[in-house]
Amino acid sequence: MKNNIYDVAVVGAGVVGASIARKLSAYACDTVILEKEWDVSFGVTKTNSGIIHGGFHYPTSTLKGRLEVLGNIMFDRLQQELHFPFRRCGILAAAFTIEEMKTIEKMYMQGVENKVIGLELCNRDRIHSLEPKLNPDVVGGLHAPSGGVIEPYHFVFSLIESAKKNGVELRTRFKVVKAEKRKGHFLIQAENGESLRARYLVNAAGLYADEVSAIFNAEHLQIKPLKGQEFLLDRNAAGLPGKVIFPVPSIVSKGILVIPTPEGTCMVGPTAIEQKDKEDLSTSQSNFATVFHSARRLIPKISERDIITSFAGLRPTLKGNDFYIAISEKQPELIQVAGIQSPGLTAAPAIGEYVKDLLKKAGLVLTERPDYDPFVDEIPRIRKLSPYEADALVQKEPAYGEIICRCESVSEAEIVSAIRQGHTTMDGIKFYTRAQMGRCQGGFCSYKILKILQRETGMSIEEITKRGLGSNLITDRVGGLAVKDPAAAPTGTEEVK
Amino acid sequence: MIEKHYDAVVFGGGSAGLAAAVRIAGQGCSVAVLERENELGGILNQCIHNGFGIQRFKEDLTGPEYAERFIEMVEELDNVSIFLETTALEVTHGTPHSVFAYSKRYGVIKIECRAIVLAMGCRERNRGNIGIPGTRPAGVFTAGLAQRLINIDGYIPGRRAVILGSGDIGLIMARRLTWVGVEVLGVIEIQGYPSGLTRNIVQCLNDFNIPLYLSHTLSEIRGKDRVTGVTVTPLQDGKTVTAKSFDLDCDTILLSVGLIPDNELSRKFGVSLNPETGGPFVDAGLMSSVPGVFACGNVLHVHDLVDYVSEESERCASFVVEYLNGTYNPLLHHPIVSGANVKYVIPNKYLPGMTNRFYLRSLIVKNKAELVISLEGEPLKRKNLAHVQPSEMVSFSLDEQDLSRGSESREKKLEVSIY
Repeated sequence: MKNNIYDVAVVGAGVVGASIARKLSAYACDTVILEKEWDVSFGVTKTNSGIIHGGFHYPTSTLKGRLEVLGNIMFDRLQQELHFPFRRCGILAAAFTIEEMKTIEKMYMQGVENKVIGLELCNRDRIHSLEPKLNPDVVGGLHAPSGGVIEPYHFVFSLIESAKKNGVELRTRFKVVKAEKRKGHFLIQAENGESLRARYLVNAAGLYADEVSAIFNAEHLQIKPLKGQEFLLDRNAAGLPGKVIFPVPSIVSKGILVIPTPEGTCMVGPTAIEQKDKEDLSTSQSNFATVFHSARRLIPKISERDIITSFAGLRPTLKGNDFYIAISEKQPELIQVAGIQSPGLTAAPAIGEYVKDLLKKAGLVLTERPDYDPFVDEIPRIRKLSPYEADALVQKEPAYGEIICRCESVSEAEIVSAIRQGHTTMDGIKFYTRAQMGRCQGGFCSYKILKILQRETGMSIEEITKRGLGSNLITDRVGGLAVKDPAAAPTGTEEVK
Repeated sequence: MIEKHYDAVVFGGGSAGLAAAVRIAGQGCSVAVLERENELGGILNQCIHNGFGIQRFKEDLTGPEYAERFIEMVEELDNVSIFLETTALEVTHGTPHSVFAYSKRYGVIKIECRAIVLAMGCRERNRGNIGIPGTRPAGVFTAGLAQRLINIDGYIPGRRAVILGSGDIGLIMARRLTWVGVEVLGVIEIQGYPSGLTRNIVQCLNDFNIPLYLSHTLSEIRGKDRVTGVTVTPLQDGKTVTAKSFDLDCDTILLSVGLIPDNELSRKFGVSLNPETGGPFVDAGLMSSVPGVFACGNVLHVHDLVDYVSEESERCASFVVEYLNGTYNPLLHHPIVSGANVKYVIPNKYLPGMTNRFYLRSLIVKNKAELVISLEGEPLKRKNLAHVQPSEMVSFSLDEQDLSRGSESREKKLEVSIY
């Protein structure tokens, strides 16, 4: 623990906080990133749909419209530096009627005005040739070749790894509960009793940006969660499209989408349901029929039979529906980054730039670090290698030859890398490696991962959690629990009829 | 890269793979067995309860004991190579077939062979497959995973458990949990009848006073970090009766909601799969749509008893040997299809001129049912069945004599029905 005063504390290690921290790591600036969960990206980011949007939904008069367009074009370079799963597979918005085509034309015009490259209006033949699995009733639509898909949590892991490599400090399990303005700095206290000091603060706390703002006596914000439930389908699903498929959007949301994930599975969703509780991530069966009905309208081959799992996430929405990124008017050393809902993931790299500039404006002196290294090492993934490449690797590092997760072809060496990068919960390992994410959902690999975790970290089996405090997986050892009715225990001579 | 050549490669060293390997090698062919785990035996190793081998060995064995019988047989044969902790990731069919097998010890080995036996078994259906609403906390396990954790690793996953599904693994686990000191609050079954064997209902639930809730479902899982409870809702005429829902406070949920043949490698071979079984379509010799690729055991269809798996796998192996000897002629096989009230019948073809053995599953629950095998609407053979239900596999044989009766007909498609 440092005794000095950090230049910047970023609250929240989601995609927004991580992008900001990573941007700051290019400068001689003492930065700490604070995360209440046990691992990064465990909040809003974890359940993001993972779409890099095509820049045609919002006007550039909105902040989110501007940052979306700027953010989109930054991903190629980021991927070269950070090696996260990302594919510019393109986006299609499909229209079923002449009226819908009018909305499509408006979206096209919006995109052209936003200076998006490559947008095209499609007639029936064109759109069906771009995506042969579309419903034959689709009459035309919009094609945005710059749109794509990404693994959001993996993106955050890479950003954090890069930031850490360049001197940013990460503090997980650091839930900010109290702050005081002292002379020239904030004294920030965590729920676990730890505290630290920082001259500037960035509030990127996602769903809890309003609470953090209140803790720092800044603006009164009200974040309202908007739940989105997604269904994940098997990579063998017949309905898996080549491009992200949108319907023509409604006022509330962009609608139910069919998303080919960058790792080859398929996602259907998200719903958009307002709720009050920021902790309630429960899934429901009631919207199941609607989701699949809508998805099948786009791609008739989408089937419930292919569901691997379903999960829900919460979008942090703010009144007015635009991003709120500004120097606080009440605390001139605090930058507010709130209401970052869709297209927040796409905009995140641009938000990093934008917040860096705001910090400068707020008085932070930023000088570039001569030793800044934007690259992180690419960890080999056995599923990406040919058998010959894999053999060469296993000869050097045998742990690549031990396949732990058969559904997603993940080796022991990849699990160990995850743990050494600090991902020591079962979910952290899942998001880093994809082990437990396939069709068996951990049925065949979780007991192996439990063993590796114990060996690598020295944790006892009872200490291992799914995703942090309270989510322990194993309660006792055999022999450790009192058997209530010893008479019921086996005698060893039982007859089988 | 190390390269190896065998007559046959068997994928999986569990009950099916072992039985097949023993029989193929016993006929003088060379065999490689690829096993992902660090020991042979497959899921039998975690099935420490008894009830295995009653048909096959006329003895009541535990799972590991049953496996040991075959492991001993396979170890006595010097033309079987066992590769442990080895996973086949890439395969291509052809002459020969090639397999890339990954292991810590040897790196990636390229294995060429003329015949393949798919014996990878099955996997458990999980929460995502059945879509239980609610939160997603720790404490939800498939029953087989929990069985593995307790019986092999010695870890207890919780203290108060609810089991969803009355399949055999769920029932066995109800008893096992009780024995290690976990309180089992009940077994919930969506159907109006139990889906496990009757002997397991008696020995695993009734003997321990564990309630079985038939026609009930789990309508919600609660708990933010770890499971804190579930809501159980009765079903009437297929609809939930929410007014009669009740809560159970538990920290653990075990799912025993069915098994799915694990055919990822079969897909890579280009084998065509039967949506009814989840396994390959096979002819009378248990050969799939890809020449030289055979399937047996739970990867072909999910069996009730390991004894049947062994029988089927040995039968498969005999045909593999014929194939290797060049005497296998799939053109002589004729189709057999499911008729009334039959979910599936395996194999999908029969071979006149020999005794053919079939396994089938009923779609209906009925006492005093009749099995009818017919050719062009004309019954060829009838068999009385005391009781049928979807969860209990039915077996029957057709011998040369049965099959000769219809031999005048040009159309040789058989149909099997239950009335």
